[in-house]
Amino acid sequence: MSNMNQTASSSRSQGGGRRFDVARMLLEGRAFFALIAIIVIFSLLSPVYFSTSNFLTMSSHVAIFGLLSLGMLLVILTGGIDLSVGSTLGLAGVFAGFLMQGVSFEVFGVVVYPPVWVVVVLTCGLGALVGAINGVLIAYFKVPAFVATLGLLYVARGVALLMTDGLTYNNLGGSEALGNTGFDWLGFNRLFGIPVGVLILAAVAIACLLLLSRTPFGRWVYSTGGNARAAELSGVPVKRVQVSVYVLSGICAAIAGLVLSSQLTSAGPTAGTTYELTAIAGVVIGGAALTGGRGNVRGTLLGAFVIGFLSDGLVIIGVSSYWQTVFTGAVIILAVLLNSIQYSGRKNSKPASDGKPTSPQPEGASERSPATGSTTGKAGAQS
Amino acid sequence: MNERAASQDERVGRVILSARNVAKSFGNVQALKHVDFDIHYGQVTTLFGENGAGKSTLMKILSGVIRPSSGDILLEGEPVSFSSTTDAQRLGVSIIHQELSLAPNLSVRDNIFMGRELRGATGIDYAEEERQARRLMEELDEPIDPLTLVEDLRLGQQQIVEIARALSVNSRILIMDEPTSALSASEVEVLFRVIRDLKSRGVSIVYISHHLEEALLITDHAVVLRDGAMTAYARREDIDLEWIVRNMVGENFDLGSPPGGYAMGEVMLSLEGVSVPDATVPGRHVVDDLSLAVRAGEIVCIYGLMGAGRTELLESVAGRGEMSAGRVCLHGEDISRLSIAERIAKGLVLVPEDRQRDGLVQTMSVGENLSLASIGAFTKGLVTSRRRERHVVEASIENVHIKADGAEAAIGSLSGGNQQKVVIGKMLATRPQVVLLDEPSRGIDIGAKAEVFKLLSEGAAREGLAVVFSTSEVGECLSIAHRIVVMSRGRIAAEFGADASKEDIMAASGEAVVA
Repeated sequence: MSNMNQTASSSRSQGGGRRFDVARMLLEGRAFFALIAIIVIFSLLSPVYFSTSNFLTMSSHVAIFGLLSLGMLLVILTGGIDLSVGSTLGLAGVFAGFLMQGVSFEVFGVVVYPPVWVVVVLTCGLGALVGAINGVLIAYFKVPAFVATLGLLYVARGVALLMTDGLTYNNLGGSEALGNTGFDWLGFNRLFGIPVGVLILAAVAIACLLLLSRTPFGRWVYSTGGNARAAELSGVPVKRVQVSVYVLSGICAAIAGLVLSSQLTSAGPTAGTTYELTAIAGVVIGGAALTGGRGNVRGTLLGAFVIGFLSDGLVIIGVSSYWQTVFTGAVIILAVLLNSIQYSGRKNSKPASDGKPTSPQPEGASERSPATGSTTGKAGAQS
Repeated sequence: MNERAASQDERVGRVILSARNVAKSFGNVQALKHVDFDIHYGQVTTLFGENGAGKSTLMKILSGVIRPSSGDILLEGEPVSFSSTTDAQRLGVSIIHQELSLAPNLSVRDNIFMGRELRGATGIDYAEEERQARRLMEELDEPIDPLTLVEDLRLGQQQIVEIARALSVNSRILIMDEPTSALSASEVEVLFRVIRDLKSRGVSIVYISHHLEEALLITDHAVVLRDGAMTAYARREDIDLEWIVRNMVGENFDLGSPPGGYAMGEVMLSLEGVSVPDATVPGRHVVDDLSLAVRAGEIVCIYGLMGAGRTELLESVAGRGEMSAGRVCLHGEDISRLSIAERIAKGLVLVPEDRQRDGLVQTMSVGENLSLASIGAFTKGLVTSRRRERHVVEASIENVHIKADGAEAAIGSLSGGNQQKVVIGKMLATRPQVVLLDEPSRGIDIGAKAEVFKLLSEGAAREGLAVVFSTSEVGECLSIAHRIVVMSRGRIAAEFGADASKEDIMAASGEAVVA
């Protein structure tokens, strides 16, 4: 009986809407189509936009936001938010600059110039530390993610300013004699004609993709964001998952900091201010839900490229930076609007004929709830 | 004065509000089937029925929370239609839900006038509100200061505040959904005194309770609902406890019998003096020094009313809740200090009561939900083997008989019964030795119920699983369980074999009779 119902409903949905499927495809691939539209429009408006060199330049800008967005994606998938990534980026750049200038140990009267790979490892460690503080505050001390990471946003920025007295490290080239050259390689150089920063973004993206789709940890991330209570009762180490995603986000921010200061061959304490918002925008444009549990690497990358290619395009055709801000904001709102259409559409397209899962349970389930109104509301929001 | 009293007396017992031929369906589920129901002036009418019988649905229709699919509601003979609770309230019908709808951070006065604050010359007229609140409290003979914060009141007092709020809008009809389930015996006494007082003032009361004996003390009329239909009506003086039980339970669908023909193994799960503190009332225990041993291959049913401590017991055994005393031993090993994940690894799993809230991840597919608890088992090094995962998922779908459009189907597309099977299948995929199930039959239809029970009894018979399941439907106790443990107020009130009678079980779960 119920088998028959199911075949009936599935054949109906297959035969019922070819036209609807096109709309659905446009909706689900919206980040991709938005990117195509941006490329087409700016190519028509400016002759320099559509060229390999310009794409590579824009991509190396995107690399920074993309790295932040990937870390942010992990956090958002668990239902959290990380506002500290912009500051962590700045702090990481300054820390790397500080190490490149040489660390003097006055007690021994020596100045140590660590090689670049040590600088990279230590800087990533610093990003992990910031993330770990975030994660522990959120998972174990129950500080709301918004507040904890907002606090770290200030603290990390303040530390970066303290370390430099507000000044910028300019000399990051290192010197042959000290054996610490090669820092510029990270962001400035090219490999096979592609900026190294872009390659780093690709590597991190592949790592995130594998992490999310092929490992138990990835499944734990999705289940923690989808329903932390159910995940915990299924034996998922929810707290450890939460700490881990903030640590990974911190590391991503540190890598972004290294790439950015290498691109600029300088490290300023105010680098990356408000980048956390751009990172969140990238994740959201990529179709992730801020409530957690929904989203993927492909969408997030597209989201980062949409924002990057849009803002660079606006610069190229000479639109004032004030208007750029307005456009970016409009794109973000449009993206979220489409997200809510997609998720509510998914709810409605479920076999409502089945009745049970979405409608309030006749008695058993609603008996304990204070009012049916709220029960219905919750049931609707869950599905 | 005397004349008025006399005329009031005359009205007592007359039908004031009635439902005629009322039906309500949710999707395909018919929750109410053409029910006739009367509320009598100045008297108490009690609705009896098991979970899912349609009691709450009927009360929600009468109080305007939901609208009936068909049928009429007559107020003093005139047809009325409530489009909302405020609509119903204006006509004098108020409902007090089982879970109170008070704002704990506000004072008693503010709660009573919430949403209809009295306006004065300079904003809210607090003095007048306080005066009226004080008068209401005096009428109810409860010395609660109107300026006390609600969170500082005991639960019973909070209930009185709810009643005061209903009275402050001049309610003539008061519907109380399980008002005593969370009250202590002395608080119940206070509530009953208030109810008698309300009756004498001409307020009609509808009362829903699972505490049958208690309800018999206060009621004037008894109505029994079963599977959405009204099965019996009688006046109080004509009935006894046995009459109610007989009409409530009826002839049950066969839910199976205890599996036999094998010897039970050694003790798999033993609880020794387990206590769980009440999160809301310091010093009180929801589970109080409880001990229980379950053997391999044995099925134990825990029966109890709402608030008896079943959920808290099972959750703390599974590692969710905090225990204040006692030990949980699995196969002789103390696991009281282990995390949920570690207990699952040792072979103890819980299928939680509320599958939407605690059981399923709505954003993931059927297959991903099924493999969530056992994903470590088919992971080599860091990477999950998709082939092995698919194998486990398909085996689960097969074993637990899930009807779904494949493993990729959205979890929300499944019926309640199949969703429940996903939760059970997920936990069984971890190859446990002890399975705890909290109300596994809640909100699923009778066919799915029978399938779930069959699954459990096969697990016990073939694999020597130790099964503990809880229920609030007495018919389910007498199905596959070898042993029935009745819980009341956090303790074991009685233990029965599979041959117990429904009346005995229900009597054991009831509260001490309030004189």
